[in-house]
Amino acid sequence: MIELAGVTKRFGAKVAVDDLSLRVERGEILGLLGPNGAGKTTTMRIITGYLPPTAGTVRVADVPVPQNPVAVKKAIGYLPETPPLYAELTVREQLAFVAEIKGLPRAERSRDVARAMEETVTLDVADRLVGNLSRGYRQRVGLAQALLGDPQVLILDEPTVGLDPRQIIEIRELIRDLAGERTVILSSHILPEVSQLCQRVAIINRGHLVAQDTPENLARALGRAQRLEAEIKGRPEEIRAALEKVPGVAEVSVGEEVPGRAAGAAASGPGEEDAAQAISAVTLGLAPGADPFRVREDMFFALAAAGLPLLALSAEQLSLEEVFMQLVVEEPAAN
Amino acid sequence: MLAIFKRELRSYLFSPLAYVLVAVFVGLGSYFFSVILLSTRVADLGGYFANMALVAMFIAPLLTMRLWSEEEQKGTAELLLTSPVTMAGIVAGKYLAALVVYLLAIGISLLYPLILGLYGEPDWGPIISAYLGFILLGATYLAVGFFASSLTSSQVLAGVTGIGILLLFWIVGWLSSALGPGVGQVTDYLSVLNQFDDFLKGILNSTHLVYYGSLIVTFLFLSVQNLQRRIWGD
Repeated sequence: MIELAGVTKRFGAKVAVDDLSLRVERGEILGLLGPNGAGKTTTMRIITGYLPPTAGTVRVADVPVPQNPVAVKKAIGYLPETPPLYAELTVREQLAFVAEIKGLPRAERSRDVARAMEETVTLDVADRLVGNLSRGYRQRVGLAQALLGDPQVLILDEPTVGLDPRQIIEIRELIRDLAGERTVILSSHILPEVSQLCQRVAIINRGHLVAQDTPENLARALGRAQRLEAEIKGRPEEIRAALEKVPGVAEVSVGEEVPGRAAGAAASGPGEEDAAQAISAVTLGLAPGADPFRVREDMFFALAAAGLPLLALSAEQLSLEEVFMQLVVEEPAAN
Repeated sequence: MLAIFKRELRSYLFSPLAYVLVAVFVGLGSYFFSVILLSTRVADLGGYFANMALVAMFIAPLLTMRLWSEEEQKGTAELLLTSPVTMAGIVAGKYLAALVVYLLAIGISLLYPLILGLYGEPDWGPIISAYLGFILLGATYLAVGFFASSLTSSQVLAGVTGIGILLLFWIVGWLSSALGPGVGQVTDYLSVLNQFDDFLKGILNSTHLVYYGSLIVTFLFLSVQNLQRRIWGD
């Protein structure tokens, strides 16, 4: 649906976007993630035709952007970082104006404006001046005008920036609802937002594409320091002995008894029985490059062979924040 | 283009700037009209228009300074330039809106010939041709002002630049006596106010129409190129 090939944008000596290639399939929600000044806004402006790339090609719905800007502009609904609104217009007038410059036929305009207001829950402010609206509502009106003309592609630049936490949640839900069949690119420097909303994340730093994948895969691929958490019933030294033999396990630490979980601890007295019945919280550090799925399987069979029941097992994944920090911090070092 | 025009006109009608400028225009105009009329006791508008041609030189760039600069400043340029409208459509719509405000100010000044007609017997020919010339002159000022606005996101800079260009188009005429015939004729021709003189005398000469028309087209074309450059240039 959207295809960038070798896109470079220079402003004088400054390279804002450097040889960026990216594909977004129809119906996909792609998150552009990166610190401030990474080139997210520039990339989006290039896609919308607001800025020409210095080099490289951009195609939206198989139409090259520079050759047919009007057709491309019709296919795109764009919400810049600050919603472009005229303070002296009411919400309805603002949307009617945008519907008109988007070239909607006269008969469809008011219907489309009403639909966009309904979708973005702005009907109750329809007759208020845009200049008097709160930031959250301005953002909604910005979204509403991006939706006019029912574009196939939505480009949203930092749609939740500057909003209060409740508004952020509302706008996120709104975006999720609106996405539907549409292809969406949204940028953010807030990681949980991207991992919640997007099927795929492209991380940009200093104009370079650093990584792109699903949020889970990104965390997994970089899962160098992955850990497994388990609850195992049995004597701590037996647990340790059994687990240390599992290939791929670098470190075993048998922690405290899981409080209140020692089966029958209250009923039986202290002694041998009790230690065998205790449940320990175990943390396993995996060796670098170990396949976490393979390790989990081997671990299960090792414990079963030793007669130690595995009661719970969870893989603690690196949060997207940690992945992001690794990528962004490591990249200058790699240069 | 129609949508741009309507919204722009609305912005003018909702902003104090347009009212203040029209008030200054009408206030100074009324002063010139009454003082000249009372001192000369001649039912004619020649003196009025000669003075107002200079006043308009300052009013017009202040009227047009927001046309593009404000869009840049408030980020709405991004909306217009990512919408399926042509640059020429944007420029034409905005220019026409400013022209309408200017024509409204001129409309108010129609009171003066009305007063002359009621109490005297003015020669209508020069008055009508002066009005025609004044509209052309103002339309030229507005085109220059728009061009200045397309250069910058600062309204103040746009206003100052516009006034500067217009003053240059006035004083270039002063050179003609120093330069003598030949080059002098060229600078004489270039001066916006020299071209206006014939209209005051009641002469309608097509060279003046061509002069103003080509200035308007040139500056609007340059404005379109300027907006285009923002998109395509580096």
